[in-house]
Amino acid sequence: MKSLEELRAIREKMKRQMDLRGPNEDHIRVVVGMATCGIAAGARPVMAAFLDEVEKRGLKNVTVSQTGCIGVCRLEPIVEVFVPGEEKVTYVKMKPDMVPAIVEQHLVNHNVVTDYTIGAAE
Amino acid sequence: MKELSLNILDVAQNSISAGATRLDLTLTEGESGWLTVVIADNGRGMSPEFLAKVTDPFTTTRTTRKVGMGLALYLLAAEQTGGTLRMESTPGQGTTVTATFDRKHLDCPPLGDLAGTVALLIQGSPELEVHYRHTTPRGEAELSTEELKAVLGDDISLAEPEIFTWIQTYLSEQEAQLEGAVQER
Repeated sequence: MKSLEELRAIREKMKRQMDLRGPNEDHIRVVVGMATCGIAAGARPVMAAFLDEVEKRGLKNVTVSQTGCIGVCRLEPIVEVFVPGEEKVTYVKMKPDMVPAIVEQHLVNHNVVTDYTIGAAE
Repeated sequence: MKELSLNILDVAQNSISAGATRLDLTLTEGESGWLTVVIADNGRGMSPEFLAKVTDPFTTTRTTRKVGMGLALYLLAAEQTGGTLRMESTPGQGTTVTATFDRKHLDCPPLGDLAGTVALLIQGSPELEVHYRHTTPRGEAELSTEELKAVLGDDISLAEPEIFTWIQTYLSEQEAQLEGAVQER
């Protein structure tokens, strides 16, 4: 069973990592649409999969956040990826099993997974 | 919506949009199989006129389109089990949404992943004070962000992926015990 004691240990570990972290210029943002349309289409497990994958890989330069309706409800769940200096990429009809590929290829290696983008769906 | 926990996530997002700093999410299950879900916030509230039409799917605060399905779907979910949806709101003070569900009814959706819902609400709004309590005849699951912040201090955000994973697992374990107790009956 998880306990608050374990949370204390996580805090100590994170604080040590924070001290090592320098200024971050290549900060990547992953934004998941979490309005009624996104939630109904399955955004919650997709969001959870991104957070799990980012944690597993220890990616300190990635922020995963939520937003409202992105505007193309029929293509939900939608995820937008913002990499500084690059064009915004919109992934559509997301499923949790698509997440590891996006994290590995796009967030880590800067290669867009074109099969999952809005351009491929339209 | 396939799970009540998804409806709850959706309705609770309205509280965040309404600028709430505190959110109380309370689920109470009785011996009879009736479930009461209370989502209470201290957000900006609604005027009586808006409150009167808020479950209409063509009512929304958004300016970019004219549909708002969240509360309409929540009302439907409650009513199709023979339950009810009640809303109280005071402008400037907050809103309380209370829904009842007959969990023994054939058309009652499963509760689903409540731990995931609560963990994502906290992750999405790390400054929000969240109090979650799920009481059943088999036991109780409980979490408050106050408690977590007391351990984590001010320098670690509740939005961090490591913290999300911990909250989700911590609550899943509590919820699983409640469900496990059901199957043993």
